[in-house]
Formats: sequence, structure tokens, C-alpha cells
Amino acid sequence: MDFSTISSVSLITSLMVAATPILLAAIGELVVEKSGVLNLGVEGMMIIGAICGFIVAVETGSPWLGFLAAMAGGAAISFIFAVLTQYMLTNQVATGLALTLFGLGFAALLGHSYAGVKPPKFGHLDIPILSDIPVIGPLIFSHDYMIYISLIIIAAVWYFLTRTRGGLVLRAAGENHDAAHALGYKVIRIRIMAILFGGAMAGLGGAYLSLVRVPQWTEGMTAGAGWIALALVVFASWKPWRIILGAYLFGGITVLQLNLQAAGANIPVAYLSMAPYLVTIIVLVIMSSDKKRASLNAPACLGRIFHASS
Amino acid sequence: MTALLSLLGLTKAYPGVIANDDVSFEIGPGEIHALLGENGAGKSTLVKMIYGLVKPDSGTMMLHGAPFAPPEPRAARASGVAMVFQHFSLFDALTVAENIALGMENAPETADLTQRIIEVSGKYGLTIDPFRMVGDLSAGERQRVEIVRCLLQNPKMLIMDEPTSVLTPQEVEVLFKTLRLLSDEGTSILYISHKLDEIKALCEHATILRRGKVVGTCVPKDETAKSMAEMMVGETLRTPKKHYTRHGAALLELHNLWLQSKDPFGTSLKEITFNLHEGEVLGVGGVAGNGQDELLLAISGEELTPPHAIQLKGEDIGQLGPNPRRERGLLTAPEERLGHAAAPDMSLSENAFLTGAMRQNLTSNGMIKTAATLAFARDIIEKFDVRTPGTENTARSLSGGNLQKFVIGREILQKPDVFVVNQPTWGVDAAAAADIRSAILDLATNGAAVLVISQDLDELMEISDNIAILSEGTLSAPRPTQGITIEQIGLMMGGTEVEHV
Amino acid sequence: MFKLERRPIPSKAMVILTPVLAVVLTMIAGGILFAFLGKNPFEAIRIIFWDPIFNDVVASYTRPQLLIKAAPLITIALGLSFGYRANIWNIGAEGQFIMGGIAGGAVGLAFYPTESVLIFPLMILAGAVGGFLWAMIPAFLKIKFNANEILVSLMLVYVAINFLGAMVTGPLRSPVGMNFPVSRNFNEYPSAYNGELIANTGLHMGVLATLAVVIVSYILLKHHIFGFQVRTAGQSPRAAKFSGVNPNITIAICLGISGGLAGMAGLFEVTGPAGKLSTNFPLGYGFTAIIVAFLGRLNPIGILFAGLLMALTYIGGELAQFQLSVPAASVQVFQGMLLFFMLAVEILVNFRIRLKKKEVA
Repeated sequence: MDFSTISSVSLITSLMVAATPILLAAIGELVVEKSGVLNLGVEGMMIIGAICGFIVAVETGSPWLGFLAAMAGGAAISFIFAVLTQYMLTNQVATGLALTLFGLGFAALLGHSYAGVKPPKFGHLDIPILSDIPVIGPLIFSHDYMIYISLIIIAAVWYFLTRTRGGLVLRAAGENHDAAHALGYKVIRIRIMAILFGGAMAGLGGAYLSLVRVPQWTEGMTAGAGWIALALVVFASWKPWRIILGAYLFGGITVLQLNLQAAGANIPVAYLSMAPYLVTIIVLVIMSSDKKRASLNAPACLGRIFHASS
Repeated sequence: MTALLSLLGLTKAYPGVIANDDVSFEIGPGEIHALLGENGAGKSTLVKMIYGLVKPDSGTMMLHGAPFAPPEPRAARASGVAMVFQHFSLFDALTVAENIALGMENAPETADLTQRIIEVSGKYGLTIDPFRMVGDLSAGERQRVEIVRCLLQNPKMLIMDEPTSVLTPQEVEVLFKTLRLLSDEGTSILYISHKLDEIKALCEHATILRRGKVVGTCVPKDETAKSMAEMMVGETLRTPKKHYTRHGAALLELHNLWLQSKDPFGTSLKEITFNLHEGEVLGVGGVAGNGQDELLLAISGEELTPPHAIQLKGEDIGQLGPNPRRERGLLTAPEERLGHAAAPDMSLSENAFLTGAMRQNLTSNGMIKTAATLAFARDIIEKFDVRTPGTENTARSLSGGNLQKFVIGREILQKPDVFVVNQPTWGVDAAAAADIRSAILDLATNGAAVLVISQDLDELMEISDNIAILSEGTLSAPRPTQGITIEQIGLMMGGTEVEHV
Repeated sequence: MFKLERRPIPSKAMVILTPVLAVVLTMIAGGILFAFLGKNPFEAIRIIFWDPIFNDVVASYTRPQLLIKAAPLITIALGLSFGYRANIWNIGAEGQFIMGGIAGGAVGLAFYPTESVLIFPLMILAGAVGGFLWAMIPAFLKIKFNANEILVSLMLVYVAINFLGAMVTGPLRSPVGMNFPVSRNFNEYPSAYNGELIANTGLHMGVLATLAVVIVSYILLKHHIFGFQVRTAGQSPRAAKFSGVNPNITIAICLGISGGLAGMAGLFEVTGPAGKLSTNFPLGYGFTAIIVAFLGRLNPIGILFAGLLMALTYIGGELAQFQLSVPAASVQVFQGMLLFFMLAVEILVNFRIRLKKKEVA
């Protein structure tokens, strides 16, 4: 086995790339769950974002337009979920599953003629001098733009949830929808906005996969990333900053096992590929085991159906 | 003096029921006006219309002589109408300051808001800490949060919906002082209650609602509690006859029971000890959230305890689940009717099966005996006068009083040796409440041991032989009801709570 | 404006009508989709829903496929339905299906080339146990550590897929398979082969097992106290606990049943229609069964019909792929839409939709 091919600087930069899709999807889902809605369709919204972004980027030659299209696509498909759960009062678990199954199929349908196509290259930060500093340059000043944007989004969500009135109202709706309704807040409208934001973020995360991380289109390319993003929200105890920690941890494990595979480690590839999923399970177990704390952090109305009786 | 708020012919109908029918009355500036009526008389609907949560089908409102039709609560608040809710209006996992900000139109910055909360709460004697999590507060403190939230907006009119149901008698005194102070400053108060003594003590005028209609107005000081009650109910009330039986052997014994609450905002039980005898009705009083739910869960078998902590007829049952306890004659009825005592979306026959399967012998080899189950459900409906089209209607479709009769009837018809009930008449109209109380008394007269947990001290005084108070998870030693006064009970409920007010 | 009004009694008519309505709506939406793809919508719908059964040209191939595809879907969906009624969301049936196939297949291959009538029953048992144990992982983690069973069971699908990869490239690789990642072919091993019982009908042991499971499920759900407890646990967990249902035992039983049935379905699949273990073995039945369960309204008889319908869309979808060259994924889209419509119309069972009068402001 040859570990010398694994350099720590490139390991860190590639773990950030590996982490960004789930980071984006998870921060979107965090907002959704804070408003009291459990959307299990992250995987479906991600893959829709992946293909919408891919098609638009390839057709226009602009990855930026691709990312915008991915957000629109993710939000559009999440709107189905929003209408079903908020107006038709469907079970959120079942509807989320439906969204995932539908999204995977619909994305495959949209993308069947795009397999093997190369997307346009996405730029990265290049500041003269700063980006050229050894170690610090590649670690801090040379990532692609979306990595910086994803961190800005985390900060913005944190600021919105904890420092603004809109954030307070959103948390109130997730905490006690009857009370929020009694005070005159539009619970359904708030939740629909949150669901759309979650869809846009998942879409963005998906497009990052197809435009930057891989970069190409293959059917089912999200391979459970959406589900890992859901686990990440639990891991983060619904706190935005911890999403970064969690995402980079998962990114690290993914990259490490890929590097071990490349370095020809003496373990069959199949067992190494299980690692991210097994780690997700272990982390879930650890974070959920303190029932009292878990129930304090989780929004109290998470997944409960709201129907105003008056 | 022109009226602050006048209501003219307000009408609101829901499918199958007219909640408010041509309701008119006026409230003057600085007046404390009582809105009196039974559960289901239409008080909540009326208040929701004033607060902008519900729009009237017809009729008008005038505020300061100008037309007033708030499309939503925000608009009502902007016009100076504020409301303290009975339930559902606070957020457990948010801080006091955040909760208050949510109820305000233009909440100031956190620092300013905190400052103003401290000012206002000091002025009116409503001590609260802006940074505490609301879920950790007692019921009385939570109410203070709601009142402060209203006061910060300088309301012209304050609506209070059943404010004293969660308070100790001493806390009620403090609340009344605050309300009188507000009234002196010119704030009108619409005070909703069914507690007649309080209304006599506090209110200048009263409007009485029955089945959605105004059936009378009065000056409470000039009336007796009985005369107002008769206006409210529309008939002469029968008071269940108290039984006088000799108490036999101890059937249920709790020995030094400790129980950690599973709810993050719940109350843990601390060394609960008492004996419950044949033919005895023991009342457990106290403000909600002091361990009542936990006590019921421990006795019903939903929470397990060390074996010896609970004994039934001398047998250790602390480790037995609900069904083995039922088999041995211990039946319970929890407070929450929908979702705990009954499954909301299941039919009445299924709900009869829910607890009756064991003692009524409704299964054979695990298969459900459909005919026997239906017969049992019909029996409950008949004997306890449950008003419903049939056994296939869902529990949710019943009114509160009817469902409570069904739940209590289901347990009583199973002939328990020991019966434990939490809040038997909460939210139930007077007639149904009287029926339920007399059924409980009959059960004790026939030799069962009965434990009634209730926040309604009047109820406990009326039906129990002995009374004990649950406060912060500890239970006082039971004392005979005869000869005890409400004030003494109030002190048992926890003087510590009142001292720092 | 529309207004929802809760019915005092859930509508019995709507229980039957809603799935039909969902199918009709899906046909309409699917037709629109095909029109967008530039295909004749009526022709496409006919090929998917009519030809597999009634078109004599293709029916000799497609009719047997109906049973072959429906049997695993129905078996898995029946298992899932108990948990779904109790709000226990096993969405990892695909993993349990794979593990059942591996466990049962491995037991059979261990006896190769011994011939005995006992081998196949032993394999069925091993398949069920394999799926059962795989499902016990989320059950245990939920009971003991409160870990969300949705995420754990799903993660285990990916673990199972990788495990399958490790098995067919390792211990279970066929010695005569020229180093391809496949196991020995079961149709060359009579004692372990799950062949057609009547030629050209698609009827194999798994189909018979499915019928038995439908009947047992129906009795359990409608007439046995277990069905009552599961329904109560799902609709009102606290009322269920009050009535004496132990939530942990319910979790274990529901996940256990679904895992065991999925594992058994996996074994029947691997020894019959699939014929061997390979990385192509997972067909997504475990996920499609979720749709079947909901489309059948979690009712055993409903699931029986829903499974047949879903099998039809698979087969019809394949036909449409050949004849109209529509992309393979359109079947999946079709199935997803069906689930959406099913969930949406479900509201008619418990609510009445009324036109709301304009409020007097």
C-alpha cells in the first residue's frame, strides 16, 4: 500500500469538494425542518437539480446559469411536495418518499441524452499572490466559487434564523403551529417558503455534483447523498454551523476511502465504499441516543400536519 | 360615556351549529366586563371575532365609535386589542423575550425589549426573567409572560380567556390586583370565565351567553353565584349527593414512588406515598404541570416503577404494564381525551375495544370478537347518555363532554376495584360534568376506591372524602375534606411560589 | 376558495374510489408526458396498460411476467404495510431483499452439489432470516438509541449493495463463471432452483407464498388484535401505549415482518427469475413496493391489486421502450406520479371539499 500518494493539502481541498453537495442540501433541509416540515425528498430534489443544472450549463455554456436553473428546478419539484403536504394534508414521510422516487425517474428521463457529455468548466478563486502562497493558498484562496458561496449561505441562514424577525417567526411555526396561527402568522405560507428554499438548496447541491464534483451526468448519481444530508441535520442538532462540521467530516471519510481505494489498500473496494453509509448510521445513533436532548433541539411540530380548524 | 367597544348583532355559524346568534353588548373605557357561559356557549367564537381570528357572518363591531372589522389578529393588535389565551399561545423552546417579540407588531431590538419587559413587569408586579426558556416556567409564570406581552403594546382593551384556571388562589389575588390597576389606568378588560365567585369579586358588568345567544346581563355584585349559574345553565342545577360510606381496606398503596419525567418540560415525581381505601374518594389537587400526568402514567402502567412502589390489594405491580393491571381491577382515565384516552380517528367501537379488550373478554385466541365489541360500545353509549349517531363515528366527531362521558363510562362499566381519573370534567359542560361526578360517586358508594386528580378545587371539595395536593412532584399528606377551607388548600399548593411575587 | 371539512365517519366509497381516481389521473398526466416526448399518448397508454395482457403478439411473453414481477412487489409491500400503519417507516426493503437473496443463496450454494428436497425449504428459511436480521439492525438502533429508522434502513440499502458486490467478487463468485462477478447459476442446481410450476405461466413457489401472505395479512389486520394494535400505534401512539401496546415490541415486530418477507422475496427472486447472484440483482423492487403499499392503501387486498398494476407498468413500460423507444426512466416517472396522485386524493376519504362562501369582511 502506498500512502505517499495521499497529500494532506489536496486531501483537505478535495474533502471540501466532496462535502459541498451535502452541505448545501442539509442547510436547506435544516430551514425546512425548523419550520416544522420533514421533507424526505432531498435525494429527489438533488438529482433534479443535478440534471437541470447540467442541461442548462451544457446548453448555454455557463455554469452560473446552470446553478440558477438547478435552484429553480429543485424549488419547482419541491413545490409539488409543498402543495400536497400543506394543502392536501398528506403524510409528510410518504410524500417525501414519493418525491424522491419521482425525482430519480424524472431526472433520468430528462437526462437520457446527456450521459457522457462534458459540462463547461466552473471557475475557481485566483487572487494573485494570495492564491500562490504554499499550503495557505490552496487551502483558503483557491477553491471554486461555490465553496465560498456555500459557506456564505450557512452564515446567512444562521443570521436569518437567530437574528431576524423572519427567522423567529419561522422557528415559532415549527415549534407550535397552533400558537403561531393564533397569533396571526400564516403557518402554511411560511412553511411553503421554507420548502421552496429547501428545494432550491438541494437543487444547488445536486448541480454541484454534476457540474463540479464529478463532473458529468449519470443516472442515480446522487447515490444517497440526499439521505446523508437528512442525517446531517440530525447530526447538527438543527444548528447551522454544525452542518459545516458534519459535512466536512462526511466529506473527509468519503475522500479518505476513495484515496485508500486508489492507493490500493488491502481491503476490497466494496467494503471501503460502505464507509460513508456506516459512519452516517453510527453518527445518527450517537446523536439520537440522548432522548431528552434530541427532543429539546428538534422542532416540536416536526412532521405534524397542520390544519387550522377556524 | 361612550363605549370603547360595541358589538351589534354578531352572528357566526359553523356547519350544524350556530356559535353566535345576534350577540350585542358594550364595554366602556376602564370597565372590567365579564363574559359568562358554559363550555360551548360561544364565548371563544365571540372572542375570536373581536381578535380577528374569525370573521362574523353578519353584524358589526365599533371601536371608539368607528367601525372595527379586523381581518387578522395583527390588525386587532394594531387597534389596541390584546388577548391572553387559555392555551396554545406560547412556544416552549423559545425564550420569554422571543415569545413576547412574536406577539408584538413592531418589536424593538432585543436589548430595548428586555429593558421594557423588566420595566413593565416591575410596574405591575409580574416578575419574569426575559432570558428563561418558556418551557421551564410554571403555569403562573407563563401567564405573566402573556400578560406582559399584551401590556407592552399599551392596549386599550385586554381580553382574558379563563385566566385563573391555571393559578393557585394566591396567584389569583395577585392577578386581580394587576387587573384592577390596569382598569384604573383606563384599560378595558373583557374577562371570560365560568367561575362565578371570581366574577363577583372582579367585574362591574356581566354578559351571559347560552347556546350562542345573549340570555342576560347583570351587575355581578348584586347577584348570587347561584342566580348567575342558573342564568348560565338555564335550569336549576342538581348537585350530586355526597356519599357517606365507611372506608374499608387499602386497595391501592403507593410507597415512596420516584419517577423521572420523560418529557423535557415535565415534572418528576418525588417520594409519593398514600393509601387509597375501599369506598374512598381521594382528591388530588394542584396546578397543572406539577406532576399530575406523570402520576397517572405511573399508576396506569404506561411508566414502570420499582415493583414495590405501587401495590394493588397487597400485590407489587410496579413492573406490570397496563393490561395486567386492568386484569387485576385497576382502571384509569387520563386527562387528554383525544389522543390518549381515545384514538381520535378510530371509531367508538374500536375505542371501546381499546381498554375493554381484557376485562370484557373481547378477544378469543387473539381474534377480535366483533359482535361483543359492538355490544360493549352500545352499552357505554346508552348507559352514559353519549350523544352520537352511532358506534362507527370517530372519537374526534364527538363534543368534549360526550367523549368524556364515553371514556369514563368505558372504564366504569368494566367494574373497577380501583379507578383513577385525571381531570374528569375539564372542558365539559355543566350538565355532563354533573353526570360524570355522580357516576364517580356511585362507583365509590359501591365499594370501589377512587382517585380523582383535578385542578378544580370546587369539584374536589364537592366529591372527595380526603384531599391531597400535588406540588412540584411531591404529594402532601391527605386530609379530610370536611372542615378544610380553600385558603388552607391554597397554602398547601405551594406558598413559595407566591412569596417572591 | 375551497374549504376542507372533516367527515364524522371516513367515507367507505372513497376508500375504493380513490385508487381508481389516482390511476385515471396518472393516465392523463402520463399521456401528457408522452405527448411532450413526441409520442402518441393514446398509443402509449394502450401499450402500457392493455397490450401486456390482451395483445396476442406479445402476451405469451408478457403474461407470465406479470406474476413474476407482481409476486415480490406484493410480498414486500405487505410486510411494509404493517409498519407504515404503525408509523414505523422501513424504507430499506431493497437492502433486506438483497440480504435475503444473499443469505438464502449462500446456504444453497454451500450444499452444492448435494441434491435433497430439504435444501430449498432451508434456503427459504435462510432468506427470510437474512432479511429479518438486516431489518433488526434499524429496529435495535431505534429501540435502544432512538435512531431514526428511515435513515438507518436506507443507509443499509447502500451497505447491502456493496456487500453484494463483495460477495459476488469474493466468496460466492462462481468457479465456472470466467471470473465475472456472478454466483453459480441456480438453474444448474435442481435442488435449489425455483422454477416455474406450470410452464409459461410465471407461477413459481414465490407466487404461492405471496398468496398465502395476502390471506394471512388480511386476517391479521382485520380480525386479529395485532392488526388493531398496529393501527392504534400509528394513529395515536399515546392511546396505544395506554391500551397496553408496548411501542418497542411493535417496532421490532413490524420491522421484523417486513424484513423477513423482503428477504424471502429476495430468495425466490435469486433462485428463480434472476437465476444467480450478481451486481445486477437489485431491481428496485424494495422501493417500488413502497408505492405498491400506498397505492393499495396499506390494505392486503388493495396491495394485491396494486402489485399487479405496478407489475403491469413495468412490463408495459418495457414494451413501450421497444415499440415507441421511450426512455426506460419514463416508467419510474409514471410510478412516481401514481404515488403522488394516490396521496393527493386520499384526502377525500377523511375530508369533504366544500366551496367556501366569500367571507363577509
